[in-house]
This record gives sequence, C-alpha cells and structure tokens, in this order.
Amino acid sequence: MAEAIIPNLPTNLEGPRARWKYLDNILGRRGPFTDVDWVPGAAIIESLERAKLLVIGAGGLGCEILKNLALSGFKDIHVIDMDTIDVSNLNRQFLFRHADVGKYKAEVAAKFVEKRVKGVKITPYCGKIQDKDEEYYKQFAMIVCGLDSIEARRWINATLVGMVDENDEDSLKPLIDGGTEGFKGQARVILPTMTSCIECQLDMHAPRAAVPLCTLATIPRQPQHCIEWAHIIAWDEERKEITLDTDDPEHITWLFQKALKRAQEFNIPGVTYSMTQGVVKNIIPAIASTNAIVAASCCNEAFKIATSTNPFLGVPETDNYMMYTGDESVYTYTFQHMKKSDCPVCGEDNLSRPLQVDPNSTLQEFLDGLAERPEAQLKKPSIRSEQKSLYYQSPASLEEQTRPNLTKKLNELLENGEEVVISDPAFPTQFRYQLTFKG
Amino acid sequence: MADLPPPVQGPTAKEKKYDRQLRLWGATGQMALESSHILLINSGPGVVGVETLKNLVLPGIGNFTIQDSAVVSEADLGVNFFLEEEHLGGFRAEHTCNLLKELNPDVQGSFITEPVESWLTQPDSLKPYTLILATAPIRPEILARLSAHAGASLIPIFYIHSVGFYSHFSIHLPPAFPIVDTHPDSETTSDLRLLKPWPELIQFAKEKTNALDTMAADDHGHIPYIAILLYHLEEWKKDHEGQVPQNYKEKTEFRTIVSKAARTNNPEGGEENYDEAVAAVLKSLNPPEPASAVKEIFKTPECVLVSRDSSSFWVIAHAIGLFYTKYGVLPVPGSVPDMKARSADYIQLQNVYKSKARKDVVEVLESVRFLERTADRKDPIDEKDVEAFCKNAAHIKLVRGRPFHVVQASETIEWGERAKSIAQNLTFPDSLVPLYIAFLAFDEFVATHDKDALGGAPKMPGETDAETDAEKVTGIAFKIADDLIKEAGTFVEEPDYSDLKTRTGEFVQELVRAGGAELHNIAALTGGLVSQEIIKAITEQYIPVDNTCVFDGVRSKTEVIRV
Repeated sequence: MAEAIIPNLPTNLEGPRARWKYLDNILGRRGPFTDVDWVPGAAIIESLERAKLLVIGAGGLGCEILKNLALSGFKDIHVIDMDTIDVSNLNRQFLFRHADVGKYKAEVAAKFVEKRVKGVKITPYCGKIQDKDEEYYKQFAMIVCGLDSIEARRWINATLVGMVDENDEDSLKPLIDGGTEGFKGQARVILPTMTSCIECQLDMHAPRAAVPLCTLATIPRQPQHCIEWAHIIAWDEERKEITLDTDDPEHITWLFQKALKRAQEFNIPGVTYSMTQGVVKNIIPAIASTNAIVAASCCNEAFKIATSTNPFLGVPETDNYMMYTGDESVYTYTFQHMKKSDCPVCGEDNLSRPLQVDPNSTLQEFLDGLAERPEAQLKKPSIRSEQKSLYYQSPASLEEQTRPNLTKKLNELLENGEEVVISDPAFPTQFRYQLTFKG
Repeated sequence: MADLPPPVQGPTAKEKKYDRQLRLWGATGQMALESSHILLINSGPGVVGVETLKNLVLPGIGNFTIQDSAVVSEADLGVNFFLEEEHLGGFRAEHTCNLLKELNPDVQGSFITEPVESWLTQPDSLKPYTLILATAPIRPEILARLSAHAGASLIPIFYIHSVGFYSHFSIHLPPAFPIVDTHPDSETTSDLRLLKPWPELIQFAKEKTNALDTMAADDHGHIPYIAILLYHLEEWKKDHEGQVPQNYKEKTEFRTIVSKAARTNNPEGGEENYDEAVAAVLKSLNPPEPASAVKEIFKTPECVLVSRDSSSFWVIAHAIGLFYTKYGVLPVPGSVPDMKARSADYIQLQNVYKSKARKDVVEVLESVRFLERTADRKDPIDEKDVEAFCKNAAHIKLVRGRPFHVVQASETIEWGERAKSIAQNLTFPDSLVPLYIAFLAFDEFVATHDKDALGGAPKMPGETDAETDAEKVTGIAFKIADDLIKEAGTFVEEPDYSDLKTRTGEFVQELVRAGGAELHNIAALTGGLVSQEIIKAITEQYIPVDNTCVFDGVRSKTEVIRV
C-alpha cells in the first residue's frame, strides 16, 4: 500500500524544500511499483542533487531537456553544443530570443535556465563531443542526448561502450537518447554493454536512398533531381573556387535559379526556393510539440534512473525503446530492442557479418553502397582485407597508393568468402564483413 | 550569370522563423493558427496547461488567455518554468502569461484572475475563444458548463489531468469534424488505376511498349514500369478470358511473368525498371475501391442532405459521392511516384495522370456548382478546395466529436454505446482503461472533497493522507469498473476479474501517491501531446485523437480510447 509522507521530510511551506513540495510527494512516498528495498526520503533527494548529468545538444530537444532536468531537481548539469543560434530555431528552441541569433546555443541556454531555476548549475561547453576524452565523460552519472546527427550518436555510443570496465560499476554510464522528425520521434535508454546499443539499433533509422548520379546528370524527373544536380554537379562545374555555404542566401539563390532553369528545360514543375533549401540543407521538419514529448520522455527516464521512484526503460530484459507517432491520432510502441551479438560496437566478440556482393562490382561501388547500408552508414570508409590494404582515406600517400584499387573489380582484389575490416574516422570502431560472391 | 532568370524574392522574415513547421502544415495551417484564440482554465499545480501553451505560442497561435486565480507560491517555482522568484505572491495567471508572451512577439496574451465561478457568470465571458482547455482539478459544475458551451458553439474543448507519473486528456470536438488534409503516408497514397486504365493511359502504354522484343537495350531499360505492367496485363487478359489476376496466387504468377521479361544479357544482369515493376505488382494490382470509412461519409445525413448552410466539406463530399455512384471509383488523385524512365517519358506519363485528374475535378466541380445553385448557397466554393478534396478523396476522415465524462458526485458514470467495447478492452493485460478509470475515480474524489470546510478549492486525493485516500479512491474505481461491466451486460471471469482489480488498485495507488502533484516531465510530455492535438483541431489537418488519451509514465506507454 502507499505510505504516508515519512516524518523526517520537511513538509512545511517555509523550509528549504518548500520549492520541491510536489516533487517530494514522489520522492517521499513508496508506490506500488517501487522496489521493496527502496527507502523514500532524504537519501534519495541527496543522490538526485549530487548526480552530475551531461546533456548533448542544446537545440530543439536540448532546450526542453535542460528545462526538464532542472525542474526534476537535478543540480549539476553540463551541456555540449557546437552550434550558434539561427532564426529558424526560434519556432521551438524556447530558451532563445531574436536578440540571441548568432550566439552559442550552449551558453545562452545554460544562462537562461540558471536564471529561471534557482539553485541549478549548468556548465556549457561550446564545441564538439569529439573534443572530449574518456576522463571527461567519466565524471557524469548519465548522458542525455538530444541530437540531430546519427554520426554524433554513434560516436558517443561507441565511446561509452568502450569505457565500460567490468571491475568498476561506476564506469557504466546510462545513455538516454531522443530524436524527432516532424510528428514522429523516439526515446530510448541504453546501458552500454548490457542492453542493445545505438549501433545495434542503427537499422531502425535507415538512410534515404540516394538518387543515382546518372539520373541527376541525364534523366531528371523530379524537381528534387534538378536541385541535386545544381548542388552536386553545376556548382562544382561553375563555382568550384567558392566553398558552398548552405546558410548563405546568395548561394541558395544561385542553386535555386540553376535548378529552376534545368527544370524548365525538362518541363519539370515544382522547383521552389523553399524546396531548394530543404534538399540542399537536408532540412527535417521540427515542431515544439514533438520535441516536448520526446525530451520529457527522456528526462522522465533519467529521473527514474536517478531516484528509483519507479521502474525505468532499459532495465535488462525489459522495454528499452519508445517509438512515437503523432500525425495519425497518438501512437506509442514501447518494446525491447534486442542486443545484437554481431554488433561491431557492443557485440561480445566482434564477429564479422556475412554480406553478399556482386563480384563484378568495383571497390568504389562497394564502398559507396556502405553509405546506404542501414547497419553501416559509413561515409568515409577505409578498407583492408586479410592480405592487404585495399583503400585508405588517409594519409595522403597511402590514399594515392591505394586509389587505383577503387576501379578494380572485387573478384580481382578478394577471394570469395574473405573477411574485410572497414574503419571510418567518424567512429572509434571497426566493421567486419565476410564477403561472399553472388551467383 | 546572364542566362539566369532575374533574382528571386527570398523567404520573408516570418517564413524564415516558421520554416520548420510550414513544411508540415503550410501557409493555410499557419493562417488558421494565427486566427485562433485559446482559453486556458488553469488550476492545481497549474503546469500542464502552461506547457501546452508554450508549444502553441512558439509556432505562433494568434491569441491566448489564462484564467487562474491562484497566487504564486514557493511550490510553483519548483515545477513551473514560466515563473520567477520575484513573482512570489503575485497572480500566477499574470506572470505566466507575461513570460509566455516573451517567447514570441507575434502572439497576443492576456489573463483573468477573477475566480472561475464568478467570472463564468458574466454574460458572454466565453464568447471570444475558439478553443478551451480545462485542467484538473476542476469542480464538475464548472466543467459541465464549459463543456455545454463548447457543444453549443461548436468549438473544441480539451480536459486534462497530469498527476504524478500519469496523465490523461479528452477532446470534445464538434459532432461533425471532417478533415480533408489528413497527410497520409506517401506510401499509401499512390493510386495508379492499373486495373481501370482510361484510353489515354492505355495509349501511353502501347506507345512505350511498341516492338518490345526488338527494342534497343537502352530504350528497353527505360520503359516506365507502369507501361510494363499495363502491357503484361493485356497479355495476361488474352490468356485468361479478359480477366486480370484475381488473387494472390495469380498475382505471384503474374509477377513471375514480369520478372522473366526483364533482359539479363547486360553487364548489370537485369533491369531496374523491371525490378520496379515486379516490386509494384502486389500493391498496385488492386481494384481502386475506396475505404469503407470514406464510403460511410457519403451516406451520412450531412452529406446526403446538402443545404444552404452546409459547410463546403459536405457540398464537395456530396459531389464526389455522385461521382463514385456513377463510376464506382473516386476521382484520380493524379500523382505518379518516381520511377526509372527518361525525363520526357516520365513527364508525358505524369501529364496523362494529371489530365485525367483535371477532367475528374471538372466533373466534380460541375456537380458542386449545381448543388450550390439548387441549395441557394451564397459564396461559391473555391475551385482549389474542390481540387484538393479530389486529390485526397481516398483519405478524407470524419471524426464524430462527443462530450467527455464529467464526473458528478455520487452519479453513476455512463458509457452508452461504448460500454461493450471498453469493457472488453478493460480485461486486456496491457490495457490502460483501468488508468482512465483511476482518473474518473480521482475526479469523483475531487467532486466530493474540499480543501477546507468553507467550500474553497477542491481537494485532491493524497494531498495529506495518501493511505486513507488511496483506499477511498480504490473503492470508487472498483465501483466504476463494476458499473461498466454491468452496463456492457458482460461478466468478467476469474482470474481475469482479480487481475483487473489488482491493476486498477495499482494505478490508483500510484496516482494517489502524487497527492495531486504534477511532475514537470509528465506535464511537459502531456503539454506536448495536447498542443499537437490542438494544432490538428485548429488547422483541420492530420488526424486527431478520438477522443481520449492516457499516458503511463511508469511504463512509457500511451493508449487512445474512444469513450
């Protein structure tokens, strides 16, 4: 049965906990799902206040996450973001005002929440997560991510998995990750090495298939094809000396006009400025409501993990993933995503995955395909076989030396069934594949 | 640069600010948001309503008003982000309103601090608002009055609970809430009419598959797959007494035929357009039969009897109903998915579909104009609306709004026609219906308890004595569940009945544990859900919750229940 407030908890309206009256109802009382050994009250409050949390991303999700964590009673929060504020952020990133455009997100967000919620300390870092090492990540009790990049998620995931030391339970940092796209999103909890990790779940977020270059170059059919042509082909042909800046309106206007002209040549309707911007910058629609839902779900899990006031997502052998869809009514699917034994990041023995390939395709084609494989999504892969280096992105000398292999066919370079090891500078892991020839 | 067209007008400042949302609901949705005025009747810890407003002020609703007579206390500062220390002792409505307004200079906000009981007695007090949000705890007589007003003036009203780890909201929409722009998943929208081709489409296919066997390799590899499928359908019909593939077995057989027709004597060992054709067989070779929900709409009284005052939806729906009766199909939507093809061929194909769609629109438009004349309607319906309706005719949706439960002290809750289905749902092990019942029991407790003997603010269970209140509320919840089972005329057998009681008891205990407190995370999440539903209700786009949603923050699950 539910228990009354335990006596040693200050409940008067004047005391130091007066502000946390509502929170303390939960922290000070057992519930039907709390563990039998769980003791409500002072010790729980202390551990909540002592927990040091890292928030990665101070954008749409990040703003919500910082607000939510501060009002969940956490006192020591760090936040990393490398971006500055853009005017198109203002429809959802509510810690920023028009006057803040151009300033660092992490700094403005931290200052704002500190001012609003007295007693919380928020330490910003304006830079990349890759600037920091294991020592840095070790200081946190858990990490909450509100990112829009798969690369950054994979990097922090691999780093946290790599940090786990069996003999030191403090080395295991729960990773709580949220993501949104329009009316859809997800919240998930990862206990590195214990439960399914971001890399295990990579195929849940399959990349969009790229349009073949020959379509862009010779037979465009859609307005997007004309925009991609302007972006990938025309710019390089006509303005090679200028680095394309997708935030520069002049550059977008140039691409738009190029695309429009090409579309007119082929009688393709529908090229607009807004579409040009969307395609070139790969814009994903984003709204405040979905961010609020996903961020709050992440913070709810963080709060439960820190306080044990209720069971949390991610307890091994239970649900660890909530998928959210809001365009047709409201739908959530909460389930247990299973750990993959052949996961290149957290799999027990980094087994190589079997992969069927066309022996007549070139090494270049094979590497291009890796960018689109849902479970790999590698953009700058280097590859070696059991026998030799096949292609290296760097150093320059090795790149030059291995470059001729790109145009060779796979059956000229490899035996059927040979294992290859692929690495990519974006990830601290290697991917192993056993390549068998089709047909 | 000489060969380029003159410089374009870039996006306006507003388009820049709202870019990420305009990509979802467009300029018309945005206009609808900007002409709305939302009223929040706030109470209790008062967070969920404010978090909802935050998500509406940011995307630029026109106007909001907060009614709240509470004074800012220390406890507010620990849970409400839109209050600061210097506001202690001031009116909560005033200060939350001001801090919300800071989020977006384009939004108007105002506040009312008069107690809701007396404020509501003023004539026309609710008149300015286009949508009402009421949060628990609220006295049943007040909620009943708001609900009656919304029902009579055909505006949406939302009723929300956010208590501890749980939340709930119900929406009362107008009795007929039709949506044209439902934004269906792009994969479900393609309607190519391969089984009911019209002459121009047949002609196109013939042209593109002429002398197929002797066609040059490059031409063969660029035949649009629609032409490939139409060609093989004709061939199939020759061998099958004029019939197209009828069932799964025949369709797979047909698929094999298409697959074998691909040329493999090339470096790639196959043809992409044939791969596309093969992949499209099972989903494209279906008769273009509208969904039963759409056919139902044609039979509703509002659609059958179009009058002078009918909204444009019903006039167009009636016209499309006539079209369907005449041809047995809906107007062609006119879009064609991308496929391997030469630019000119693809554009030609696109035009075949577009012309047919255009022709269908013209026919529907004629019926619309005829209806307008016979019903003596004043303003003609915009042709663009008819066009948009025809394009999405297969995906239109009608939501029948209905009042939510207002729990009155010691009155039995009625479930009406929903009793049977909900009673059945009640016994599923994962069902959140018991949580909804726990909220109803919470409301009954509120309806019968005051904070003090003077009839002041209502008292929520667990505010002072969680254990005693949990017992009381459990008793109420069990009675509600029993009444529901009785009204449904069913019987729940053991062990299901005991299991149901255990689950209901647990939900009640966890609910009462909070003592009416809001957890900021749950309030924020629920504010996200509610604001999303408000956006749908205002823009008349996407499909809203019909009509109740509960969230369980212990297991991180939602369920939508029609009550």
